[in-house]
Parts: sequence; C-alpha cells; structure tokens
Amino acid sequence: MTLQGARERVVRTGGVELCVAELGDPGQPTVILVHGYPDSKEVWSEVAPRLADRFHVVLYDVRGHGRSTPPQPLRGGFTLEKLTDDFLAVADAVSPDRPVHLVGHDWGSVQSWEFATVKRTEGRIASFTSMSGPSLDHFGHWINQRVKRPTPRRVGQLLGQGAKSWYVYLLHAPVLPELAWRGPLGKRWPRILERVEQVPGGDYPTPSLPTDAARGAWLYRDNVRPRLTRPRQDAYAHAPVQLITPLGDAFLSEKLYDDLELWVPQLTRRTLSAKHWIPRTRPDQLVSWITEFVTSVEGGRPAGVTATGKYADRFGGQLVLVTGAGSGIGRATAYAFAEAGARVVAVDRDAESAGRTAEMSRLIGAPEAWAETVDVSDEQAMEKLAARVAAEYGVVDVLVNNAGIGLSGSFFDTTPEDWKKVLDVNLWGVIHGCRLFGKQMAERGQGGHIVNTASAAAFQPSKALPAYSTSKAAVLMLSECLRAELAGQGIGVTAICPGLVNTNITSTAHFAGVDAEEEKRRQKRSARLYGLRNYPPEKVADAILRAVVRGEAVVPVTPEARGAYLMSRFTPRALRRIARLEPPL
Amino acid sequence: MTTAVSDERPVASAELQGFRRVQRLAYECAEAVAARLEPGITEREAARMQREWLRERGVRDWFHLPFAWFGDRTAFVNFRIPLQFFPTNRRLEPGMPFILDMAPVYDGCTADIGYSGSLGINPVQDKLMADLEAHRELILREVRERRPLREIYEDVDRLMVRQGYANRHRAYPFGVIAHKVDRVAERRWSAHVFGFGTQSLKGLASDALHGHREGWSPLWSPYRFSDHPPQPGLWAVEPHLGFRGTGAKFEEILVVTDSADPEQSAFWLDDDLPHVRRWAEEK
Repeated sequence: MTLQGARERVVRTGGVELCVAELGDPGQPTVILVHGYPDSKEVWSEVAPRLADRFHVVLYDVRGHGRSTPPQPLRGGFTLEKLTDDFLAVADAVSPDRPVHLVGHDWGSVQSWEFATVKRTEGRIASFTSMSGPSLDHFGHWINQRVKRPTPRRVGQLLGQGAKSWYVYLLHAPVLPELAWRGPLGKRWPRILERVEQVPGGDYPTPSLPTDAARGAWLYRDNVRPRLTRPRQDAYAHAPVQLITPLGDAFLSEKLYDDLELWVPQLTRRTLSAKHWIPRTRPDQLVSWITEFVTSVEGGRPAGVTATGKYADRFGGQLVLVTGAGSGIGRATAYAFAEAGARVVAVDRDAESAGRTAEMSRLIGAPEAWAETVDVSDEQAMEKLAARVAAEYGVVDVLVNNAGIGLSGSFFDTTPEDWKKVLDVNLWGVIHGCRLFGKQMAERGQGGHIVNTASAAAFQPSKALPAYSTSKAAVLMLSECLRAELAGQGIGVTAICPGLVNTNITSTAHFAGVDAEEEKRRQKRSARLYGLRNYPPEKVADAILRAVVRGEAVVPVTPEARGAYLMSRFTPRALRRIARLEPPL
Repeated sequence: MTTAVSDERPVASAELQGFRRVQRLAYECAEAVAARLEPGITEREAARMQREWLRERGVRDWFHLPFAWFGDRTAFVNFRIPLQFFPTNRRLEPGMPFILDMAPVYDGCTADIGYSGSLGINPVQDKLMADLEAHRELILREVRERRPLREIYEDVDRLMVRQGYANRHRAYPFGVIAHKVDRVAERRWSAHVFGFGTQSLKGLASDALHGHREGWSPLWSPYRFSDHPPQPGLWAVEPHLGFRGTGAKFEEILVVTDSADPEQSAFWLDDDLPHVRRWAEEK
C-alpha cells in the first residue's frame, strides 16, 4: 500500500530498514510526519497530500511497523534512544542541510518530544507540532508533583488520567496483547474505530495492522516504566512547539499540559473539539494549523496583529461566517471571533456596515476578513453566497445565523405581509443558512458548529410580540432538531436566547397597527428602555463563543432571559400570566 | 476679526489670541510628554510630567489637573464612579494606547485639551483617530446650523454607532461631550476640589445659574437641559470613541458667536493642532 504519488525509498539504520515516503517539492521546507500506535504512516494519508502543495512532506513507518523491518530481538529494540537514531537517519537522508519541521501524533508525538528535547538533535529540528502524545519525561514529572503534594484536585487529575491509561497497563502483560491483536481485536479494530471514534474507513488502517500493533506493544514496554519512574531533568524543548489538544481524547487528559510552558519556551496552544484520531477526522484543520505554524517559524508570515482573545487556542485560523454582522450582536460576535484569531466572513444586507465590520475585524486579530452583502431571506442570493464562500474562502467552521428583524403589535394588527416579512428573515434566513452552509459542513465531515440567534421571546409568550416570538420559537425548535440530526457528524448546534440587549433592533423594529408617527415614538421609547437596561451585545458575543467551545444546546444570556427560561420549565402558568401584561410602550 | 462672543462680554480677537496661546501651550506639553513616555511609566508619573512641564512655563491654575489614561482605561472600561478618572499606577507597555488630558489656565485664559497616542504602533487607535475627523466636521456644521445641542449630541452618537464604536464621553460627568470655558480670575493661590480648580468651577457655576434662568446650560449633554441652540461663548468639545479596550479623543475649543454670517457664527479656535495636521498629512 503506498500513498498516492509518493516517492518511496529505504533508509538503513541500526539494523533495521525504514520505509520512507516523500511528497512535494524537496526545495521547500521539509515536514516529517511521525505516526502513532497502532498505526502506520498511512494514518497521514489525508494530511500529507494537502501539505504537499506547500512543503516537502516526508513520512516513514516506525521500526517494526508497516513496511519497515523490526529490530531483532524486539525487547529493547524500541527504546527512545533507538527511535531518535531512526529519526536522525531519516532527516539526514531527506533534508541533509536544513532543519526539519516535525509533526507527531500519539506515539509519534511521544517520540518526537524526545527528539525535540535531547541535545544531539539540536539544530536539526526547526519546529515541532505535537498532538495527543505527551513527553514521557514531562508526564513523569507531572505524576511526581501530584503524588508528592496531593490536593483533592491533583488527586482527581491523577486518578482521571490513571483511568484513561487502562490500555497502557494491559499492554505490559506478556503475550496476551500480541494474541489479541493477531486474533479477534485486529480483525475488529477498523469497525471499532469507525463506531467509537467516527474515523471514516477507506485506505486506513492497512492490512499490516495486527503485526504493527503486536510489535508496537514494545514501544510501551521498553519506555513507559523507566521514563515515568526516572524522568529526565533536562527535557527542555530546543525548538518552537505547537500543541494541538483534542478535547474529546479518550486516552489523554488536557490537564497533562498544564505546566508545559516550564519546558517549552516558545509554545503555541491549539484546542480542537474532536476525539483522538484527528489526522483522520480533522485533516483540514490540522493542515491549516501546521501550515501557519511552519510558515511563521520559517519567517514567511507578514507581521500582522496577533490574536489575544480568550479562545484564541480554539478558533485561531478557523473560518467563521456571521449574518447580520453589520450591527448589534452580529457585529460584536464577528469582533469576538476576530479577537480569537478566526477568519471572518461578515454578512449583512447593508454593504457599508458589513465592510466596516470586516475592516475592524482585521485590525483586532482576524488574519483575514471579508464582507458580503446579502439579504438572508433571499433564497437564490443565499445559494450564490454559499457557493462563493465555499469556492473562495473554504468550508465554514462556525456559522452564526444572527440576522433578524423586530416586529411588535397585536395578532390582529399584524398583516399577512408583516407575518411574511418577519418569518422570511427570522426563520427562513436561518433555514437557508443551516441548509446551505450546514450541508457543506456535513459533506466535508470534519465537524463544525452552527449558532442560531433565537430570543428569550422563543419561550416567553407575550401579547405584544406574537409574530416575532413565533419566528424565534421556530428557530429554537429548528436548532434543537438539527442538533439531534447533526450530532453523529461532530457538528454542534446552539440556540442563543439573548433577552433585552442594547442594539438597534428596537429602533428598526416595525410596530404593526399604528401610524408612522406613533411607530417612531414607540421605536424611540423602546430604544430608550433597552438603553436603560444597557446590556451590551459584547456579552452576548462572549456567550456565543463560550457556547461553541462547550457545545451548549440552548443558552439564555441575560438574567431576565435565564429567569424566563427557568419559569417556562417550572412555572409556565406564571409566565402565561405575565404574557397578558401590557408592555410599557 | 472682532466678534461678539456674547452680548454682555464681547471677546475681541486679542482675547481669542490668549485662548489660542494657552491651547497651543497645552498641546505642546502633550506632545513633549508623549515623546518622553516609555515602557513602565505609570499614569501618575505621566500626569506629574504634564503638571511640571506646564508649571515651568508659568501655569499656576487649572480648570482641571492633568489626567493620563493608559491601555483599556483610554476606553473607560468598567468606569463607574468619577474617581476612576484620576491617574492610577497602571504602567505603559509597548503598543498600548494612551490619552493625555489637561486643562491649564494661563494669563486668565483656559484651555482644555485631549491628546491620544500610543507607545509604538497601534492600528486600532490609528483607525479611531482617523474616524474622529468626521465628528469634528459634523459638530461644526450642525452648530453653524444652530441645531439644538441635544440633537447634535444624538447625531454624534448615531455616527459613532454607524462607525461601530461606543460613545465613551457618556462616562464623563453628566455624559457631557462639551462644556463652556471662560476667562478665569487670577488669584495668587487657587484651591482644587477633586482635581478641579475652584476659580473655574466658580465660573461654570455662575454660568449654570445664569443659564438656568435663560434656559440654557454650560454643559452639553444628552439630557433635556441641553435642548437649546448653541450658546455663544467658548466650548471645550471632546468627542471620545471607544472600541473594545481602545479609546481615542481630541479636545479643543469651539468658538460660538451670535454673528449672522454662518462662517463667523462658529469656528474652531485653532486649526493648527496635532490631530488636524495628522488628518491633513493622511490626505
């Protein structure tokens, strides 16, 4: 089994033959991808070709895996020292005069930590991107600290990681793991991966899996116990490190990396809402982060603004589309994502204000930002927008369907035209957004998140807002249904219910059943009331980012929205009483 | 140019010269102090530098003592009570925006200026400063049209919202965008109350009393008491933009007269100021 278009060769070192594959232009910076356990270099088959456009990509089968030969005997043949020899041999063969950029996943990352922290590789490594594999030395110190000075929290962390490491103990048992891998486990493994980790099938895992897994057990047996009991004291990284942490990793706790800054002078943190096998499930995101990191280390990045926002580790480099981004909550949300380093598409029907949002986004941290003018209720325009966004900027990682209009007035004052208008924007706008951009997300199959701006009016009946509340209740239900449907594909859906927020929705809201002058008066008055309440849209934006990070389903934001949400669940009759009250307009 | 600034107190061009001189002196002070700011300096030290610079040049009294705001304090983040305006021990860091605000009295004439800058490059504040130009034009145009001050205030507000900024002069006492300044009686020694010179406060109070009878106010605010056409006199105007932890403002004197000629009915005291020069250079 070979990677498409790869040039293969054999590198001999320390009594083994390593199978090395190369893609891309050797004149470009070299990126070496190191696979984990139980894998072979084909775990990178989604990532490597995408990186090959920009870099000289090198993959190799670790000794004893894939088409590399095993050491004789196996015991003692997999120590980190020997794996370092292998790496240096490969690096010398593929990039003799330039340091290489290392990328490691799982055990590939564990051994790469060794490469990046020992003296003899200094000057050979330009950067290291680590995912789902800690340094055994750092891990050893982490355990020692928690054993020596236990606090309830530290003991909890210790027990938590201890439970996640169950397979490590099993792999230390003699013969049994080999028997299992060569027998039933090896056969079922692809299906287990597909079911538990949602790893798509295809050319991975390769038929060599049972042998790889059986031999690879020695990676654990040769290294884990000695390193954890006597960790090296000088395990400092001599190259910049990018740490990518999948938050749903079943084998490693995020807490492992708490003190990493002590060991790594130049550390960039990234987090990803995914499980363990991210090279299979999130190749696009990894490629974008690796490209950005390697380019910045090579000095090719233009001096821009750095993202300093709260969730920069999570949203850095992601593509976020916000509708209604010309003002209010939409604009504040676009800015919050920009501060977190996301690339922003600001959509509004007013071109000037959308342009302004995009321009300011670039100033405060967005590496790129674009403005698009569209009316979300216009189906064809939305279809064109979706096609253009996919072609020019890529598939959206976070979609915020925020555009909406206000409409107040009793049911009998609300004309069919009023109904149509408010449903067209508030509900159909969301439907179009979910349908078009959500579909792109689902088809890509690499996760994502959809946020729909509903309202506290969605669960709080009122005699003053029948049409508006109906449209928003529909948005809330739509979000909940879609959440159920997309759960299996790693796409989260959130309904945000802000409450009374100081935006200009009040001064543009239509008041049915009154003349123009009275409408103006009510607009002014409601704007004043909302102004007195003075809840800033920035706080709603914060709640949106937090909801995406935590994958929350329904998020009431202001205290009154939270109160109404609780009442709608526990004291609905009281809420219905309140609905009868005349609003103070 | 001899213009009547108000019925009772005609202000000759010679007198305007005095105000112009002290406003220039204050801006010179701001530029001199800004040039000496470096990482690690605190707001208190920056305020003291302004005070000393002006004292050395003969300033004895103040409308208010010099302020300095660094970092997100330029946008008045979390300002609730007026005491938070006073300089703190916040230290300046590279890239941080700052605002120097001072109101010296010299030779009986008051200036009140605001100077925005940053230590090194700060693209956000640059943008805010560039966008302030539209406010300077809007205020002058609408004052010449004799629109009620409250309406002009609301138009400034709307322009800020359209530009995507928060109106930070809302955080000033009474939410004022401007206040009247006048000649100040010179005393050998003048006391301060909460940073404000008592002589100037006395002037403002007498204006307020005077105005209250006639239906106008020396404070230009979003409230009903500013619902009147611009009152002749000298107004220190200070639109202040805030954007996510970065603030920018200018403050300078607008001369309002009761002349029938629109050009003469209102004009900026001086057009040769740092922010105006900066906009001219950008063009």
